[in-house]
Amino acid sequence: MKCRMCGQKAVVNMRQHKLALCKEHYLEWIPTQVERFIAKYSMFTREEKILVAVSGGKDSLSLWDILTRLGYQADGLYLCLGIDEGLQYSNESQRLTEKFAAERGLKLHVVNIQQETGATIPELARTSLRGRGKPCSVCGLVKRHELNRMARDVGYDVLATGHNLDDEAAVLFGNTLTWSVEYLLRQGPVLPGAPGLARKVKPLCRIYEREMLAYALLRGIEYIYEECPFAEGATSIYHKELLNRMEHDHPGAKLTFYLSFLEARRSGLFSGPEAIRQELHACPKCGQPTSAPGLCSFCRLVEKRKVDAF
Amino acid sequence: MVKIILRKKEYEVRPGMTLLAALQKIDVLVESVIATRNGEVMGEDEILQDGDEIKLIAAISGG
Repeated sequence: MKCRMCGQKAVVNMRQHKLALCKEHYLEWIPTQVERFIAKYSMFTREEKILVAVSGGKDSLSLWDILTRLGYQADGLYLCLGIDEGLQYSNESQRLTEKFAAERGLKLHVVNIQQETGATIPELARTSLRGRGKPCSVCGLVKRHELNRMARDVGYDVLATGHNLDDEAAVLFGNTLTWSVEYLLRQGPVLPGAPGLARKVKPLCRIYEREMLAYALLRGIEYIYEECPFAEGATSIYHKELLNRMEHDHPGAKLTFYLSFLEARRSGLFSGPEAIRQELHACPKCGQPTSAPGLCSFCRLVEKRKVDAF
Repeated sequence: MVKIILRKKEYEVRPGMTLLAALQKIDVLVESVIATRNGEVMGEDEILQDGDEIKLIAAISGG
């Protein structure tokens, strides 16, 4: 297997592109592709300030690395969720993120959820009926709220996340199984901004998860390899495994699934009744948009935790 | 023999086969992992040598 660019030994073979590359050309090729998708989906410009949500994982750290290599103004935001479970998971991911930023002289914001809300994610989850004992749903709610708050309050133009194609295809697969049109309507490389809501973009949305892993390894990015202790048995992982089985038999299946969806949505397949388009209201406490009048889900969760703790 | 490690699991295969053939043998999808030998990323057509220790790094994460 030889590199298509130089004929040297290839280390990454991408069957869906019929393309094999050596280390040097692979590390050039990935940022070029990301740049292409940033432009194609009009994600942001070099004049805009980007806040990258970094978790300490391979995708978000690699995204931050790529954006800075491409010359974008990208700062990082790490949310300390307070997940320990005997693994020091949050502490270790924070250490790796801070090390990454310090070694490259990058600006990193750190938000500690316990300091912000009075409780860690597992503690908040115990006070909520969301997720029936698993904190993933509460974690998602808190992350969405805090990422948006920081992007809005600290003055960034756009919030970038490290979602890769496998993440996007797995979410799409789950939402297609249940025909969750409301979610399908919102999925895409760019979620436009609105009053109180930062624009959200996914520059890695067309890069396979395995390719992001290869990029992190070949770039020598030290990331947290251990899975979040609460992710074991997650439906999204099961969907990714199913999609990889399809990909194995039909190279390009995941990419086609995602791109066909984007095209179908663009051509109006999901332009459903107006009833599913929600009117947004400002939460009286935090000011962030919420689907119903009154406190938003995040503020209700925090208030409930305070009452329970009292 | 060649030792292949994926998270907490260990497999053994005979030397002389390609990485891709070894992955098929132990029923691991090449789409789900990157293989390293002595810390270096391996191409899937590389031949496994007797005494090799191959570390498979899982690509899938989520939750």
